[in-house]
Amino acid sequence: MTEELDLSGHNSDAGSEEVVLTPAELIERLEQAWLNEKFAPELLESRSEIVECVMEQLDHMEDNLRRAKKGDLKVSIHRMEMERIRYVLSSYLRCRLMKIEKFFPHILEKEKTRPEGEPSSLSPEEFAFVKEYMANTETYLKNVALKHMPPNLQKVDLLRSDLDSYVFLRVRERQENILVEPEIDDQRDYVIDLEEGSQHLIRYKTIAPLVASGAVQLI
Amino acid sequence: MFCEKAMELIRELHRAPEGQLPAFNEDGLRQVLEEMKALYEQNQSDVNEAKSAGRGDLIPTIKFRHCSLLRNRRCTVAYLYDRLLRIRALRWEYGSVLPNALRFHMSAEEVEWFNHYKKSLATYMRSLGGDEGLDITQDMKPPKSLYIEHFLPRWKCEQLIRQGVLEHVLP
Repeated sequence: MTEELDLSGHNSDAGSEEVVLTPAELIERLEQAWLNEKFAPELLESRSEIVECVMEQLDHMEDNLRRAKKGDLKVSIHRMEMERIRYVLSSYLRCRLMKIEKFFPHILEKEKTRPEGEPSSLSPEEFAFVKEYMANTETYLKNVALKHMPPNLQKVDLLRSDLDSYVFLRVRERQENILVEPEIDDQRDYVIDLEEGSQHLIRYKTIAPLVASGAVQLI
Repeated sequence: MFCEKAMELIRELHRAPEGQLPAFNEDGLRQVLEEMKALYEQNQSDVNEAKSAGRGDLIPTIKFRHCSLLRNRRCTVAYLYDRLLRIRALRWEYGSVLPNALRFHMSAEEVEWFNHYKKSLATYMRSLGGDEGLDITQDMKPPKSLYIEHFLPRWKCEQLIRQGVLEHVLP
C-alpha cells in the first residue's frame, strides 16, 4: 500500500495544518499515542484525527481483502496486521475511556473552563459520553442517597488524577533547564537537562507538557 | 459508636474480591441515612442552644457529630460508587446482557444506571467512524495468532521465512 493519508495536525500556534503521512507513519503515530496514554496518569490531548485516519485505513484494508484472491498468503498477513491495528486502536480508546470515567468531575470541569484556542483533551464523542456518564451517576447518587441526607450535605466531591506519580520516559528531543520541584520541604528546586535518547524515571507533573509536545515518549 | 453501619458497608465491599458484586445492602444503607438524620437533628437543636443560651460547651459535641456526618456520607458514597464501578466492569467482562446471578444482586436503580451506561457506551462506539463504528469491548487481548496454519508448497514460503514474516510450524 503506497497511498498516503491526510492528517490535519494539531498545532495550537498556527491552527490546523495538513500533514501527509504514509500508512506506516500513521500506525507509528497511533502506537506512540497508545503508549503515552497507557503510561500517563492523566488524560492526554485528544487525537481524533489519528483515530479517524486509522479507521479509514482499516476500511481500506478490509476492502482490499475482499477483493483479493482466496487462499492468497497475503490475505492472512494483512488480516493479522488488521487485527493488530484494531487491538492497538481499541486499547488506546479503552484506556482513554477508563481515565475519563475515573476522573470525570475534574475532566468535565477542565473542559468547561478551557480557554479558547487550547486543544481539548476530549473528542466531541468523548465529551458527549462523559456528560451522559456524569448525569447518569449524579442522578443515581442523588436519588439513592444524597437527597435523603441533611440539606447542607447533599453535594459531594470525587477523585483527581495523581500527577505526582512517577513515569518512565525516553527523550526524543533534547531539553534544557527542566525545573524539578522538591517533593519534601528540605529539598530545593533544581534544574536538569534531558539528553536525546536518554531514559528517566521522573514525576509526571514535571514533564507533562513535554509529553504533549512529543519531546518525550512515555515507556 | 457512630458510623459503625457505614463502616460495615465498606467492609462488605472490601471483602468481596474484584469482579464480584455482593447483594445490595438496602437495609444497611437505610440505617446509615437514619443515623445521619438523627445526628443532624441533634446538631440543629444544639446549635440553637449554643447560640441562644451561650452554651459554648456544646461546640465540641457539635463538631464531633458533624465529623460523623461527613464520615457517613463519605462511606455511603464510596459504597454506592464502588458498586457502580463493579457493575461497569461487568459490562466489559460479560457484554450487555448480565448473568442472572449478578442481576439479582443489583438494586432497581443500579439496573437503571447500567442500562443508561450501556446505551452511552454503544452510542460512543458507533460514533467512531466506519459503518458500524468500532466495538472496543472486543479485542481485549493482543492477537495471539502469530502463527497461522497454512499448508503451502515450501518454495513459496522460503523467502518469507527468511524475512522472518513466517515461521515453519510443525504439526
